Amino acid sequence: MTAAGDPILGIETSCDETAAAVVAGGRQVLSSVVSSQIDLHARYGGVVPEVAGRAHVERMVPVVSQALVESAVDDSDIAAVGATAGPGLVGALLVGVSAAKALALVWDVPFVAVNHLEAHLHAAFLDEPSLELPVVVVLVSGGHTMLVLMEERLRYRILGATVDDAAGEAFDKVARYMGLGYPGGPAIDQLSGQGDREAVAFPRAMLHDGWNFSFSGLKTAVINYLRRQPDAPAADVAASFQEAVADVLVAKARRAAAEHGALGLCLAGGVAANSRLREMTLDACTADGLAAYLPSRAMCTDNAAMVAAAAWWRLKADGPSPLTVGADPSLGLPEG
Amino acid sequence: MLILGIESATGRVGCAIGGHEGVRSSVQTTRDRHHAELLAPQIQAACSHAGVALQDLGAVAVDVGPGLYTGLRVGVTTAVTMAHALRVPMVAVSSLDLVAYPLRHTGRTIAVVIDARRSEVFHARYGCLPGGVQRLDGPEVGPPDHVVSQILATGDETLVVGDGAERYASMFEGLRGVELADPGFAHPSAESLVLLAHALALREEFVRPDEIQPLYLRRPDAQPHQTASSS
Repeated sequence: MTAAGDPILGIETSCDETAAAVVAGGRQVLSSVVSSQIDLHARYGGVVPEVAGRAHVERMVPVVSQALVESAVDDSDIAAVGATAGPGLVGALLVGVSAAKALALVWDVPFVAVNHLEAHLHAAFLDEPSLELPVVVVLVSGGHTMLVLMEERLRYRILGATVDDAAGEAFDKVARYMGLGYPGGPAIDQLSGQGDREAVAFPRAMLHDGWNFSFSGLKTAVINYLRRQPDAPAADVAASFQEAVADVLVAKARRAAAEHGALGLCLAGGVAANSRLREMTLDACTADGLAAYLPSRAMCTDNAAMVAAAAWWRLKADGPSPLTVGADPSLGLPEG
Repeated sequence: MLILGIESATGRVGCAIGGHEGVRSSVQTTRDRHHAELLAPQIQAACSHAGVALQDLGAVAVDVGPGLYTGLRVGVTTAVTMAHALRVPMVAVSSLDLVAYPLRHTGRTIAVVIDARRSEVFHARYGCLPGGVQRLDGPEVGPPDHVVSQILATGDETLVVGDGAERYASMFEGLRGVELADPGFAHPSAESLVLLAHALALREEFVRPDEIQPLYLRRPDAQPHQTASSS
């Protein structure tokens, strides 16, 4: 592989993963280190912001060091440092932002504040360099659920978003109610493999109605069903719930692709690792003659390679970010 | 040896650069909840005012708290990352020591009381020694009336200082033998940090970047979930 030049160090600390990566030229991943805190948060049944903040401080330097060593790039050859500045947990975000600024100062290179949502949109390109735009991206995680039309590398339109719970949040809450532990997504995915996904007809909210999503009612429907039918097979309930989530996501995505002339569908975010969602996306693309972009699990979940890639594109378009930029927990995806 | 001191444990954030000749430059801002925005530009300014490049530094010193967690995380992460990238050793100093140090000539006992929010304070008491202060007890976290009881129990002539002392001033005012220090002394300062760190550096009391953690003194405020996986 020929070196793509301009290696950028990316740092990601928006939630419960401490991550650092070196990506050259916005496309060639030289290293990508992710230190997950799932073990720390599992006993609380969800991410505890203070626990996350403390763990990020503890792990930041070891994770950055490992990413640099694995990339075999010398400190002095790093061209810029990018860090997720939002959206996310503020006490977590500012650890990555502070570390990135410190390194930018010491190495005398640009600092780039990266939007976490934008980073997710760039993740697929790292696995699929031949990805052709425009695509409709289904961005689904524990904190976000949105349908984005990606027209160019830095030009997006948010077609719709959840009006209440994020898809991943619904997975976590249903899993918690079912006693499956945290995180809920992988647990439900695994259990669903042995279940009948047509066992229970859970509601598909707003299926034919606009581009927004709603998962709060579905979550309540599952909980009410389990209260009425405590002996229902858990695998059937899990599979039927998962089917309802994937059904709505894929139905809207393929409708959006048709309406906007997109060439493909792309999954992004932690929930994109869900096997049924991937399967249904692939089937829909095959049926509609669309390209299916299903990035690897490592690229779907929070990582710093996508941050470094987004930083490379932003740096090229807008130049460095001022060092006065702080963490913004409610940063939105830039449209236009 | 030139030392960069980074201090962000209270509503104040700042840095200073100095060495054997004292403090060469310092930049400090008291503007709560803006530590992450302010610190890096402050470091740039302090370096340029002092005519120093970061590569000239021989050590990085940091206030490790106790204090406000968000501010501490910004300061500690910045300091540790810089020291690691510069490959220089670090000096760690407590925020309570930093508040006591400028009052070392008082001759009285010094009670440092830093606001910990949630109706609590971080506190420690110090005695004066030639050239410095010595911690008598603490650091601890608790309600401010614990500090009052401690002071009354010892009967020492006591100077009370810190942003926690300011916040709960009414609890200390009027106590026999107790005086509130001038509000100008209420926050830990990056200048004191550099001076104290230089003394520690001369004695080679360094720590490695990976040994430094903020002094939280409290566990995270969260309860394990009852239906969370216990398997």
